[in-house]
Amino acid sequence: MNKEELKTRLQELLPSPAFEEGAEWTTVVTDPAGWEGFAWDLRGAEGLDLDYLFCVTAIDWKTHFMMVYHLTSTVYRHTVVVKVKLDHDDPVIRTVSDIWRTAEFHEREAFDLFGVVFTGHPDLRRLFMTDDWKGWPLRKDYEDPVNMIKL
Amino acid sequence: MIQEVGTTEQGDLVINLGPQHPSTHGVLHLVITISGETIKKVEPHLGYIHRSIEKMCESLSYRQFIYVTSRMDYLSSHINNHGCALCVEKGMQIEVPARASVIRVLMDELTRLASHQLWWGAMAMDVGALTPFFHAFREREAINDIMEETCGARLTMNYMVPGGVMADIHPDFQKRVKEFIRFFRTKIDEYDELVTGNIIFKSRMKGVGYLSPESAVSYGCTGPTARGSGVSCDIRKLYPYEVYGQLKFDEVTAAGGDCFARYMVRMQEMRQSLSIIEQLIDNIPAGEFLAKTKAVLKLPKGEFYSRVETARGEFGVYIISEGGTTPYRIKFRSPGFSNLSALDHMARGHKIGDLVAIMGTLDLVIPDIDR
Repeated sequence: MNKEELKTRLQELLPSPAFEEGAEWTTVVTDPAGWEGFAWDLRGAEGLDLDYLFCVTAIDWKTHFMMVYHLTSTVYRHTVVVKVKLDHDDPVIRTVSDIWRTAEFHEREAFDLFGVVFTGHPDLRRLFMTDDWKGWPLRKDYEDPVNMIKL
Repeated sequence: MIQEVGTTEQGDLVINLGPQHPSTHGVLHLVITISGETIKKVEPHLGYIHRSIEKMCESLSYRQFIYVTSRMDYLSSHINNHGCALCVEKGMQIEVPARASVIRVLMDELTRLASHQLWWGAMAMDVGALTPFFHAFREREAINDIMEETCGARLTMNYMVPGGVMADIHPDFQKRVKEFIRFFRTKIDEYDELVTGNIIFKSRMKGVGYLSPESAVSYGCTGPTARGSGVSCDIRKLYPYEVYGQLKFDEVTAAGGDCFARYMVRMQEMRQSLSIIEQLIDNIPAGEFLAKTKAVLKLPKGEFYSRVETARGEFGVYIISEGGTTPYRIKFRSPGFSNLSALDHMARGHKIGDLVAIMGTLDLVIPDIDR
């Protein structure tokens, strides 16, 4: 599907989608409520079949967090980017590791470095940092006087 | 915290492989639950070489951050640099000169060869054959010498920069590469005679570590790991960059899904890389090797994503820019990270010795996973 067709299809699945213009791929912004159902639709809905989640990451925008999911269909070769806006004080989102298995590690990374909590995740622990590490290193307000060198 | 040593309630033994172990090729730590010799669970522990490169990049300029990326997948450092340069060029809309484009592809393919050579030697060593390691390193040395002449480095190249390449190729480059191709064509047949047909090797590899095409996609596996399961995922073919679209080469896939299929994919890929280099080595266009760019690079506000095919799979660079001289956030989608996540799925039910073979065919580079 091309960009316009993808937009139309996504509009059918999501009540009031917000699209970001000017991006390379069709980019849709949504909120964590209803994310679970929408994620299942992205994976399984007729004509979408987005089976390959190739990049999952979080962005700290200081006022809110943005979870970004890059999805491609290995059948149709179209790409959709989904962004989910999370509250900065309480970033909680439902896991998608049961839909795309690769999300299990990627979500652990986002939890480890941003402190985003994924409900329903089978094994939500720190991935790179030690278990007793304090703080979330990739957040913009993170300070570490020992290990960080300011340039 | 998970249990790291001892016996579980079911009477299974929990043992550790690594972080200091010859078969993990770096500081990978696996906590393995075994019942007798049979693996019930594999739990990778990461972070021993985590340098938080993504955080570092937030305070480095668009010319500087490329140097750090050589330190991720150090066996594909050219290709890492390439992915980053492509992303900056996409944002700045810089046109790369034709000469630079061809040099980049040549370097990428030489890197892929060198990486696969090291993998082949280490792979054979993992399953108990020590000799191939020395063969592989002898041939790899020839590529390193070629790289050294042009780039001044043997491992962390930092040769590709936004706008092209840092310096023109060495006057002897074409001659040396042609010599290498002649030399390596005979050696790769020798590789096959030495290892591929070996009955012990085959029995260690066949039917071990099966990964179905559906699982490969779901786990986000790319590169030879996924292509060994018959999944077409070569970025060079699907989303051609530089001159890959004009070249004649095949995307190598194998249907087996086991260790031997992944092994065969890499062996064939080496031949494809040789063919790509042969097509280009006499056709390097004359002209500039570096486009004229501003001294200070500023990416416009927005998001840019570029993807390249490293020796291990799809490498993605995702830059979020606020319009400044440094990225607001940068994310590296490393192929090894996703490939490793499938290890538990592939290893369950096999013996400990097979785990080493499976890890070998995943071709893990730990700094690429930890970043």
